[in-house]
Amino acid sequence: MKITIDGREIDAKEGQTILEIAKENGIEIPALCYHPDLCVKANCRMCVVEIEGIAAPQAACATKIKEGMKVVTQSENLSALRKTNLELLLGQHRRDCAKCVWQGKCALLKYALELKADLNAYPLRNPEPEIVKFGPIILDKSKCINCRNCVDMCSRQTGSKRGDEAECKSDGFLEIDGRGYENGVKPSDDGKKDCIYCGQCIVHCPVGALDVESAVDEVDALLKDKKGKTLVVQFAPSIRASIGEMFGIPYGEVVTGQLAAALKKLGFDKVFDTNMSADLTTVEEAKELVQRIKESKPLPMFTSCCPAWIRYVEFYRPDLIPHITTVKSPQNMLGSLIKTRWAENNAVKPEDIVSVSIMPCTAKKYDAFKPEEKINGLAPADFVLTTRELGRLLQKNNINLKDMPEGTADDPFGVYTGAGTIFGATGGVSEAAARTAHWLITGKNLEQADLKNLRGIAGLKKAEIEIAGIKLKVAIANGMENVKIILDDLAKDPKAYDYVEIMACPGGCIGGGGQPLPVDDEIRQKRAQGLYSDDAAKQIRFAHESPAVIAVYDDLRNDEHKIHEILHTRYAQKGKSEIKK
Amino acid sequence: MEIIEKLKAAGLRGRGGAGFPAWQKWQMVKDARGEKKYVVCNVSEGEPAVAKDGYILEREPEIVVEGIALAMEAVGAGKGYLYLRKDYFDKYKDKLAGIVGGKEIEIAREPGGYLGGEETALLDSLEGKRCEPRIKPPFPPQAGLFGCPTLINNLETLYFAAKIDKGEYKNTRFYTISGDVPSAGVFERGENLTIKEVLEKTGNLPEFDFFVQAGGGASGTILMQDELDIPLSGAGSIVVYDKQKTDPRELGLQWINFFIRENCGKCVPCREGVYRLREIFSQEHLEPVDIARARDIVKLLAAASFCPFGKGAANSFGGLLEKLIKP
Repeated sequence: MKITIDGREIDAKEGQTILEIAKENGIEIPALCYHPDLCVKANCRMCVVEIEGIAAPQAACATKIKEGMKVVTQSENLSALRKTNLELLLGQHRRDCAKCVWQGKCALLKYALELKADLNAYPLRNPEPEIVKFGPIILDKSKCINCRNCVDMCSRQTGSKRGDEAECKSDGFLEIDGRGYENGVKPSDDGKKDCIYCGQCIVHCPVGALDVESAVDEVDALLKDKKGKTLVVQFAPSIRASIGEMFGIPYGEVVTGQLAAALKKLGFDKVFDTNMSADLTTVEEAKELVQRIKESKPLPMFTSCCPAWIRYVEFYRPDLIPHITTVKSPQNMLGSLIKTRWAENNAVKPEDIVSVSIMPCTAKKYDAFKPEEKINGLAPADFVLTTRELGRLLQKNNINLKDMPEGTADDPFGVYTGAGTIFGATGGVSEAAARTAHWLITGKNLEQADLKNLRGIAGLKKAEIEIAGIKLKVAIANGMENVKIILDDLAKDPKAYDYVEIMACPGGCIGGGGQPLPVDDEIRQKRAQGLYSDDAAKQIRFAHESPAVIAVYDDLRNDEHKIHEILHTRYAQKGKSEIKK
Repeated sequence: MEIIEKLKAAGLRGRGGAGFPAWQKWQMVKDARGEKKYVVCNVSEGEPAVAKDGYILEREPEIVVEGIALAMEAVGAGKGYLYLRKDYFDKYKDKLAGIVGGKEIEIAREPGGYLGGEETALLDSLEGKRCEPRIKPPFPPQAGLFGCPTLINNLETLYFAAKIDKGEYKNTRFYTISGDVPSAGVFERGENLTIKEVLEKTGNLPEFDFFVQAGGGASGTILMQDELDIPLSGAGSIVVYDKQKTDPRELGLQWINFFIRENCGKCVPCREGVYRLREIFSQEHLEPVDIARARDIVKLLAAASFCPFGKGAANSFGGLLEKLIKP
């Protein structure tokens, strides 16, 4: 059908909203509570537009198009309305731009400049910070504008919302509290609900009311005064395809070399690549899968590399624990190797190592400090920085990634294969594991390393992989709303799948809660493409062929006991964590 | 003649405030496809100065129940709800249960306040959810309670539907009259009377300088003495104010307390706008800058609030600012 927006005739599909059509055609309509990942809530009222034949302006996000509809998105009247509306919102939002997760690039400020709004038209409703903490996540109510994006997102992550349902829900850990002008967001007091620390609330908040506890200043201080410690850093697979965004580098451009150089320039003594331990994870996981099949142990086997998923299992579904691979997450595996084998081989006391990891993830801040993850009493990582925090740390030290020459990560944990790098995108872990499982079962490599049916950022993918007569039913889910579909399938038919890859965040780690803002499908797609092109460019694309992985097994003398001690973990049911005010 | 035809012939319009032709709504629900359908009798009656639903409930509850049953049969609904505001529920639930008898009509208690009267918020509260308005479309006749076609009528509408069915309808409506009048109360008078005639016929037309708020004691329209030659629209109430004795700022503050209390908090204009109106009207003197701010907020409420609640606030405050508080 045809509609007209601001005098321009536009072809549109039935069922789309005015806002969607406008966006597709490069016409920007201000909107705060709208996010393409989420339900339409229409509560911010910024997107009001005029429609010929309808007296009152209508919310573009909630109005479906009709044949011949004539829409005006810019007029003096609309600007006046939006300005008043925005000024009211600004009175609710304590501005703390210098510390904000949006770094001054939020829509609120952008619209304020465009509309020439008076930032101080109304005295602040809440002039002091009002902080609530749960795990590493921080909610500052004095910044919240009640758009409810976080509540919607959390109903997908921890509530009952399934990816195949249209209805908007609000029954997750973050809930709507109170009525009228006193209504707001609060973490649930319900003992059956808890945060899984995925951080998706942070990346879906338009105004920076949510963030994660920062370790930037502590790490920065240590880099400037090491106090006799050896500072070792590792960076996760997906970081290389996302951190560039904070320095004006195009979406999806892989910056591994610049990143390694920048970390060295910051002063880290050793720069290791988590891709190396992703390779190692792949081999261990493929070994475990083959063993579970051969020994008729519990199937399906679920992946363990996503700590928000593990938190979900340990809190909400401890019955699934026997199904989780015992292989450590790549962060903790590398951290453990650093504090055991690497320390010993390099004559460094484990206590004198400060292990820092750069993760796309907020749940890793929890994961590194779980009691089960300790190795000889030490945490595998002493500080976990998100992609955003590393960006800030670099900015603080006037290091621009754009200007960095290409460096390399250090031996013995600097080399990786194409299998390790795709861990950062949904489906990547499965593809890497399938490549190695094929080798373990047949003794031969796949002729074609690419398993394209496992790729793509769709929330749910199902595939059947046949290796030497063994048929494996694989499910790949990203975003907990889609994980719930798989879990419901399994409740009906426990044999529905043999291997299930789970990433709590949409798109996998490339869409993680610690990644740069903003994020949507288009951006996640580009970051994923970056990782797949990194894989394609690698000479070695099979994890088991990684010289670094082979060296680790040699160093451990293929001693299964040692391998288990350092590379594997265990899980336990967990209670609700404290909500701090 | 079947009932929908009768409603059409009688020209009955919804008495909840919006004034939508009753027959059309019934027809829509009748024509809507759905395995289950519902009828909801809305007795939220939350606006200050409106008391006509309670008046009818006190005197002729049987007719109301008849009206619900009639509507259920006409639209093909298997279940009906009598949705009562809290105090009505407490007062009449036993009596109503007796009248309902074996009919599939549930007597339900409104959890929240005024906004429960907004059709879709009412539906959400009946479903056990937070009492907030839904995005429309779909409209309740298409997808209402639990996603099923639902007829929602004000109590007075269903009361008169039953009267029409019996051939006892004489084109009347109920007026709640209050304020600076000698005989306040609920009166049944002709629906086509002008507001001035209603005041005259009930012995309430003042001799002093006055203005009225018509169609709701918080969101109703402000009409000056020379603007009363029109019939009443909106909810059935007329409040008379002695112009000499009434401080417009205090009147605004009185309304705002209602809007603050009953606001759901979902959309920005209503949540923040009403909050700031209270701030402005709480000052002892209104400066021109305050009046300009209030005007901007009222414009926003009228144009961009999510549901009729905010538009109602714009209606009364708009009149207050334009007619009584001159710049």
